[in-house]
Amino acid sequence: MSEQLKKSEYDTCATRGSVRQTVNMAKKRKVASGETASKTSKKKASQRDAAPGVVEEEFLPTEHADSASEDEGRSDDERKHQKLLEAIGSLDGTKRKKLAERSEASAQVSEFAVSAEGGGEKIDLSDLLGTMQQARPSISRTRKQLRNLQNCKATLDLPLSQQETQKIQRVVAYKKSREDVSRWKNVVIQNRKAEQLVFPLNQEPSGPRPVEQVVAGWKARTPLEQEIFSLLHKNLQPITSPVLTPHEQASLKAMSLEEAKMHRAELQKARALQSYYEAKTKREKKIKSKTYHKVLKKSKRKDVLKEFEELRKTDPAAALEELKKMELTRMKERMSLKHQNSGKWAKSRAIMAKYDEEARKAMQQQLEMNKQLTQKLAVPSDSEEEEGAGEAEAVPDFVNDAQPAADPSNPWLMGKLRAEPAAEEGAEEGAEEGAEERAEEKPEAEQQQQQEEEEEEEGEEDALLREFEERRQLREAESPDQLLPPEKGEKSEEADMEEEEVSEFNSLFQRLVGGRREPPGKRVTPKPRREDSAPPADEGAEREQRPLLDEGLMRVQTLEDLDLLSQGVTGESDGPAPECKAPGPSSEGEGRNEGGQEVKKKKKKVISLSQVLTKEAKVIQVPVAPTAIEEEEGEEVQKMIIKEAFAADDVISDFLKDKRRQAEESRPKVVDLTLPGWGEWGGVGLKPSKRKSRRFRIKAAPPPPRQDRNLPDVIISEKRDASIAAHQVAQLPFPFENPTQFERSVRMPVGQTWNTQRSVQKITAPRVVTQLGAIIEPMAKEDFLQGKSAQAAGKLPDIALTSSGGDPKKRAKGFRKKGAPRHREHQKDQQPSEETEA
Amino acid sequence: MKVKVLSRNPDDYIRETKKDIQRVPRNYDPSLHPFEVPREYSRALNAVKLERVFAKPFLASLDGHRDGVNCMAKHPQSLSSLLSGACDGEVKIWNLTKRECVRTLQAHEGFVRGMCVRFCGTSFFTTGDDKTIKQWDMNGPGYGEEEEPLNTILGKSVYTGIDHHWKEGTFATCGQQVDIWDEQRTSPIRSFSWGVDSIISVRFNPVEPELLASCVSNRSIVLYDMRQATPLKKVIMKMRSNALCWNPMEAFMFTCANEDYNLYTFDMRRLDSPVMVHMDHVSAVLDLDYSPTGKEFVSASFDKSIRIFPADSGHSREVYHTKRMQHVICVKWSSDSKYILSGSDEMNIRLWKANASEKLGVLAPREKAALNYNQKLKEKFQHHPKIQRIARHRHLPKTIFSQIKELRIMRNAQRRKLMNVRKHSKSGSVPVMTERKKHMVAVVE
Repeated sequence: MSEQLKKSEYDTCATRGSVRQTVNMAKKRKVASGETASKTSKKKASQRDAAPGVVEEEFLPTEHADSASEDEGRSDDERKHQKLLEAIGSLDGTKRKKLAERSEASAQVSEFAVSAEGGGEKIDLSDLLGTMQQARPSISRTRKQLRNLQNCKATLDLPLSQQETQKIQRVVAYKKSREDVSRWKNVVIQNRKAEQLVFPLNQEPSGPRPVEQVVAGWKARTPLEQEIFSLLHKNLQPITSPVLTPHEQASLKAMSLEEAKMHRAELQKARALQSYYEAKTKREKKIKSKTYHKVLKKSKRKDVLKEFEELRKTDPAAALEELKKMELTRMKERMSLKHQNSGKWAKSRAIMAKYDEEARKAMQQQLEMNKQLTQKLAVPSDSEEEEGAGEAEAVPDFVNDAQPAADPSNPWLMGKLRAEPAAEEGAEEGAEEGAEERAEEKPEAEQQQQQEEEEEEEGEEDALLREFEERRQLREAESPDQLLPPEKGEKSEEADMEEEEVSEFNSLFQRLVGGRREPPGKRVTPKPRREDSAPPADEGAEREQRPLLDEGLMRVQTLEDLDLLSQGVTGESDGPAPECKAPGPSSEGEGRNEGGQEVKKKKKKVISLSQVLTKEAKVIQVPVAPTAIEEEEGEEVQKMIIKEAFAADDVISDFLKDKRRQAEESRPKVVDLTLPGWGEWGGVGLKPSKRKSRRFRIKAAPPPPRQDRNLPDVIISEKRDASIAAHQVAQLPFPFENPTQFERSVRMPVGQTWNTQRSVQKITAPRVVTQLGAIIEPMAKEDFLQGKSAQAAGKLPDIALTSSGGDPKKRAKGFRKKGAPRHREHQKDQQPSEETEA
Repeated sequence: MKVKVLSRNPDDYIRETKKDIQRVPRNYDPSLHPFEVPREYSRALNAVKLERVFAKPFLASLDGHRDGVNCMAKHPQSLSSLLSGACDGEVKIWNLTKRECVRTLQAHEGFVRGMCVRFCGTSFFTTGDDKTIKQWDMNGPGYGEEEEPLNTILGKSVYTGIDHHWKEGTFATCGQQVDIWDEQRTSPIRSFSWGVDSIISVRFNPVEPELLASCVSNRSIVLYDMRQATPLKKVIMKMRSNALCWNPMEAFMFTCANEDYNLYTFDMRRLDSPVMVHMDHVSAVLDLDYSPTGKEFVSASFDKSIRIFPADSGHSREVYHTKRMQHVICVKWSSDSKYILSGSDEMNIRLWKANASEKLGVLAPREKAALNYNQKLKEKFQHHPKIQRIARHRHLPKTIFSQIKELRIMRNAQRRKLMNVRKHSKSGSVPVMTERKKHMVAVVE
């Protein structure tokens, strides 16, 4: 065992710790003999640095008996043991070198804690290489290289001087700390630019903390809690405010504010429209004219028919429904006695019928109505028969053919007025007929005429309706006694009176119709064209009339119109309007001419406007043109021209005059305070006495000499008021770039008199807010350097609660951005990273 | 028919309780309130006059020292306590609310050169002419115990200044070199020296706490990093800097108080010329301290006055002086940014308001709103001559007033002379120097 000890001691190195280690080990061996050698060696490795006391304690369980005395006699033991070791060492006989022992911390000991054994001997390179004598050829190559190196005589550079190395060190160090410091740049700039800074910077916001923070790091432990959380989880109950479940949010989203507003606006509009409609219907209902209502009904019926016809084409099923409805009305009609001239009214009418044509007519109409209603309806299958019977009234075909109903301004359709007295009617009809014939001049006039007649009839109602409308307007315009007669005429029963009224009415009516009837003449020509049956013979005449008469369907195609297109679009578009208004001449030729003139006038006006412009331009061009031609003659001519142009102006004398005038104006005026008649006689022709006027005339002190009195060609204005100037800013202050900018800054009022309370608060908010009695700490690194705190933000509570409310990281970040920069909470997480950096 | 009737909702004009403010309906139609600019102008004029009327900055004088006050230190945790060291080695701790001395201790023989409070406020360090650094407990000794320092470090040379790290238990002293000390050790953990000149003051950067800056008596300012083995950079100016202070809100900005009557604000990243030259003093500037908001700083000068400068302006916004105040040696800005403390040669410490006309105490909301409005008006019309004149008017002691005038004449003469020289020499041989460059000598790496 002692042999082993010796060996181990010689193997270990000379430091104090290791010596002690061996000592310990020896002691251990001595005490705990039961332990195996391998185990002790392991222990030795692990307890290299441990103090002896610790070792003792670790082995306490093994030494039961003498543990107490061990501590006391330890140092004594150690010393003895040391002696023993030395004795053993000397037993060997060979002289051992005393190894250096480190007993004190000092820089003199080599850092490997090994004393240089072969101190003075010089080691040669070949010595080292000698061991590799019998090696591979690669080694021989390196040997060669080394030998070359040895032969090389070039010396190495001297190391840099201390100053220089220090300088380099300083440069590097400065660079690094500069980088460190520049991380603050953004924060500093932001704070400098901030509208308002509230110190201390990172205050905890008062009031309750958001749920998010409270929940963070909280675990559901008891089964009850877990159950509750699972329930919440099921309902997707969010933990952030606003505390709304997704369903609630969705329902909120469904109608946003804007949508609600739009909806409301729509409702309002609809209500308004409804009220308009109601008002209109009320007004129409109030109209007492029977003819009007009659005509209205008829037109309505027509409309219904038309609709039905359309329906029949597009949707047969619905049409059938309609048909059934009609059948029902027919049945009802047949059952009732409504239109059988058996009512009270009808009986009274029957009495009147002898004398009153109106009454007769009314009765007739009622019967006709009955007939119509009780008529068997046209079934689609046997429509030919119906057509053959000439049932235009029931299902008029023309409705679908062309436009007329859609064209309200079509004067062709305003021909007859059925309500008029017969004589008038006849004359009218004749004239109408004649006009048509003249206009058309066709071989196959008959068909056309028939069609047109139909159109006429159809247009009649429209015309009538419009008539009434117009009359109403006229009534409004004219005095009430003038508009009474026509109505009276319809109602009164005395014949002579009636005749008078009727004639009056008719004259009025004719005037209106005249205005109306003038257009038909014009409309005549376009008609055949629309129906594609115009003979080529008429084309020439047509073309002539086209610019005058056409409403604007084909006009663009003609050449003249292309020319005029640029100028006359607006003029032509409102062309028809004056036509309608213009009082109609009796003969169509005149009307045409007049209309044409009017249109032309319109066009001329438009053109003339532009012509004026071009003329002006020409006026300018006149003097330029000759110079352009005579450019070789050069500037002299130009000068001459300018001279000629300004021959009349004497600039210098003007300037002098101006200066004199200004000087005159700036001179203080004599104030005359004389009151005529004060202290003496006054009156017309009497002047106040000279003495008095002299006394009351106040002369102002002579002004300081003008600044420009010695400068002949300068006017210096002396309007600047010194008393005001004292309050004005003389120079543009620094941050402003131009006077307007500065003025704007002053012009904007900030007070409560001109602004609402909130805006005043906003405007007058101070730049720096400090709290009374709060210590303002300098900016802390962990508070403001963003990059570091990013990882700390992702702190998750253990419970699954957060997963429902979206990404917790995002929410945490968002929250921080909103409030004052608060990074304090993450300080703990920060510290490790900082320490590593430091 | 719809009939429109005037109707009023009583909620709009009836108060809920008696204590509510009467609701006054207002029509903001500008045509009803004409002449807005003239009206606001006259309001601004009144505001600025009132400001001058209420400008009474002097609050208290703390007397008790038996020699000039050489240094002061703020307590980092308590606003009401202040420490001051005098030229006879006496240190006093003051309670500012009571305006009385709480504790007196004889710390050193000779001057107390520097003092600083530990970041936690439990103890403080002093250095003196007796070549010692002493650590003292903030709380006084118990009854019957003797006043004794917690630790005493005996040095080989005089330490002229001391400053404590803002977060850790280390502090820095300056003297022949800058030493960084660990509180637990008796020898410095690191020392920096660059050349052989004595260093007047050293300050830690509050934001980047490992950085330091010091003023050296060879007219230079040296920057250090505690983590590095060498100093960082040196700026040499025309004249010596007496004190230095870092901006607590802007990590790279610091200002130094110079012997040439000016203060210079530097950006640590670009040291070749100062960012701003603050001129208004008429004698050497001895000390300065930043407001904790970093927007302003206060400087103490040998000309017996204190001036407050906005950090980004070349001229002071305020000057404080009293008849009895002599050369101001040290100055501090309280950590709630409301007060200024100055210690001067004639043994007194003075407490000032940072804003001369500010009303102290809690303000009613309407009062606050009115003050804000007045402030805004003053700001808006600040360039108008009448208002400017009133706002800038300060009464100055005759010596300062005449010295200002004298200085102005001197500066004009120098400028004129330079212009003449430039006029009569080869173009480009006399370059135009900006005011910022004028006071710089070199930057040494």
